[in-house]
Amino acid sequence: MSCCAPSDFVPLAQGPDTRAQEITLGSRQLEPTLWQTDLSVPSIHCGGCIAKIETALGKVPGIVAPRVNLSTRRVTIKWHDAAAAQAAIDTVQTLGYPCHVFDDTQPQRDEAFHKLILALAVAAFSSMNIMMLSIGVWAGATGSTRDVFHAIAGLLCLPAFLYSGQVFYKSAFDALRHKTTNMDVPIAIGLILAFALSVYETMISSDQAYFDAVATLIFFLLAGRTLDHMMRARARSAVDGLARLAARGAMVVEPNGQTTYRPTAELAPGMEIMLAAGERVPVDGEVIDGISEIDSSLVNGESQPLTVATGSALRAGTLNLSSPIRLRATAAAKDSFLAEMTRMMEAAESGRGAYRTLADRVSRHYTPVVNIAAALALVLWLILGAGVHQSITIAISVLIITCPCALGLAVPMVQVVAARRLFTRRIMLRDGAALEQLATIDTVVFDKTGTLTLGQPQLKRADAVSTDLLAIAAALAGHSLHPYSQAVSAAARTRQIGLSQPEDVREHAGLGVEGRLDGHVWRLGRAGWASADGVGQVILARDGKAQAAFDFEDTERPGLHEAIDDLKRRGLNVELLSGDSAPVVAELAQRLGIETARGEVYPADKLARIRKLQAQGRKVLMVGDGLNDSPALAAADVSMAPANAADVGRNAAGLVFLSESLDAVPYAIETAHQSRRLVTQNFVLAIGYNAIALPVAFLGHITPLAAAIAMSSSSIIVVANALRLVRPSEKKTHHE
Amino acid sequence: MNEFFYLIPVSLALGTLGLVVFIWSLRAKQYDDLDGAAERVLYDNDEPISGE
Repeated sequence: MSCCAPSDFVPLAQGPDTRAQEITLGSRQLEPTLWQTDLSVPSIHCGGCIAKIETALGKVPGIVAPRVNLSTRRVTIKWHDAAAAQAAIDTVQTLGYPCHVFDDTQPQRDEAFHKLILALAVAAFSSMNIMMLSIGVWAGATGSTRDVFHAIAGLLCLPAFLYSGQVFYKSAFDALRHKTTNMDVPIAIGLILAFALSVYETMISSDQAYFDAVATLIFFLLAGRTLDHMMRARARSAVDGLARLAARGAMVVEPNGQTTYRPTAELAPGMEIMLAAGERVPVDGEVIDGISEIDSSLVNGESQPLTVATGSALRAGTLNLSSPIRLRATAAAKDSFLAEMTRMMEAAESGRGAYRTLADRVSRHYTPVVNIAAALALVLWLILGAGVHQSITIAISVLIITCPCALGLAVPMVQVVAARRLFTRRIMLRDGAALEQLATIDTVVFDKTGTLTLGQPQLKRADAVSTDLLAIAAALAGHSLHPYSQAVSAAARTRQIGLSQPEDVREHAGLGVEGRLDGHVWRLGRAGWASADGVGQVILARDGKAQAAFDFEDTERPGLHEAIDDLKRRGLNVELLSGDSAPVVAELAQRLGIETARGEVYPADKLARIRKLQAQGRKVLMVGDGLNDSPALAAADVSMAPANAADVGRNAAGLVFLSESLDAVPYAIETAHQSRRLVTQNFVLAIGYNAIALPVAFLGHITPLAAAIAMSSSSIIVVANALRLVRPSEKKTHHE
Repeated sequence: MNEFFYLIPVSLALGTLGLVVFIWSLRAKQYDDLDGAAERVLYDNDEPISGE
């Protein structure tokens, strides 16, 4: 089962084991001594993985009922003792599945979805049973039989009308209260009038009742809504399952010398914090003991690790790379850099004008037209001498037939299909409005580190180093978390070199790694330390004599050049804004042919740039990953973030792509354009159907049978049209 | 016609049964992992349907 080994290489150096206290923070207490933890394991992908993980976890003592969920890629474990949970996490990791504790801040079950499904089931029950009776009426039931059928249909319609229809009444009511209209307003009016008329018709034992139309309408519309919700929930759960990049808490040294693990919110200025290698800085602070290297790429876009020593200031969100340090908190979590970015992001978001979706804009014109048509029908028939009853019946039938069933499905169906298509390319659409806006953008602003590049250095000219030397270098590098070390390990892995076995390997913070092999001392590290003579970013030296030099460059995202060219071919303006040093940014921009590029940009400047573009009337797509990008992500008309983005950035983005390749950006734009075409077609179809049906209803020829057929067929046509979005792309990928 | 009227309560009862069974299956979390259920059917080690 080769597909079930996501990575067979387990690096020697790993981040610190997730601590028991940290696990407890991310768990839910079920019973006094029983806890439940959800682990996010993104690389689960088949039945083999389920069997492998569940079997292995079943053997871990103290773990109750391990359960893999393949849809959400999560493993649920229950335990009495945090040590068992720790063992379970280690077990899953050892199997080759990276995993992390899934934060259990939200309730496990999606209540809104639960309600929608129930409402849908009730509507399905009502509509099917009413249809059975309606067919009897259409087939020619008369007299008391017909009246009884109508009465039973009315009773059957009640649960759908009162319970399932609530979704629409609530939404329509909210819209009206805010003095706007949405698609649900005409739907709610149509439903209520159709039901009221049918009850009246039943009481006067007339031969027409619209109970079937009411129930079927609710069923169709709810089906569209449920699918829409499912798609979004799926994207949301995929995004939520990504590793949390902010610290959950920190080990605090209490005044009495003991250490306790405290959640980030409880950290106060002046507290002394122990930070292990591989941990993120929880709050802004100052180093009081130790030397280490800090990766701040996620915070300010700088790609080079920074060496810190006693007295250096640290920003919340940066990653400690090489060795443990002690720091003193200088700000509480709510005053830290991370919180500052969140506040700036919220301000940017509230400043952005509320986007009115296409469906809402259409309905703003649609609702008055339909209402006026119905009123006109009433007045005309009264003038023409028809009775009051007949005139009202015709007016209401106009409202029923124009009830925007197909119109209500026109947009959600396309979005559902588009979201599914994006999902198969590992792009998560978090919000349907984002897709609509993506079709209108004319400017794309990119961040550099972590977005155009992967934010991981790669060994330059890896082939120039001899196999023996690389084997030694990689063996030493395996003991360090430093990005350069990991790049050396990765190079050895690609060339499939067996590693040497050095002894007494030690990492010297900020300097490098040292080890002994066959009586010689080998050092891998910075030039002045490893040897006096070597030139390069990292030197491999034997007894102080340089043997090999390694230089690194930031890895570009695969598909970078193609993606940028594609965007430019579409006539979009491409800009680059980065917190990294200006020469690095200029060099990359020049290679990519991006004319507008700026380096050393602060978060507020990124935000200002987006605002300025918008003031010029441009529609901006922001693609970025860092904390420093998050205000800009929130301010842009629509934004995309890669999976490795900071948590707040991911939450601000309308789309999140999990694939490594940057072709996700043009692909999403292409899908957005196709969706917009299909939505327009669907609107034309739905409105065209109304244009035909309206005169017929106006003339008083709409019977319940005609209404049922017209509604179902127009809905099916609209859904079928939306499904066309799936096919062309699949054909294309087969050819590629 | 009148002699067939007993069919109406019968069909309604069947319909209600279907609805109740559906709601039960929903509550029993049978729809929580549809992808997983499709794969689990291929493995021999039988275990309780719910992890509770």
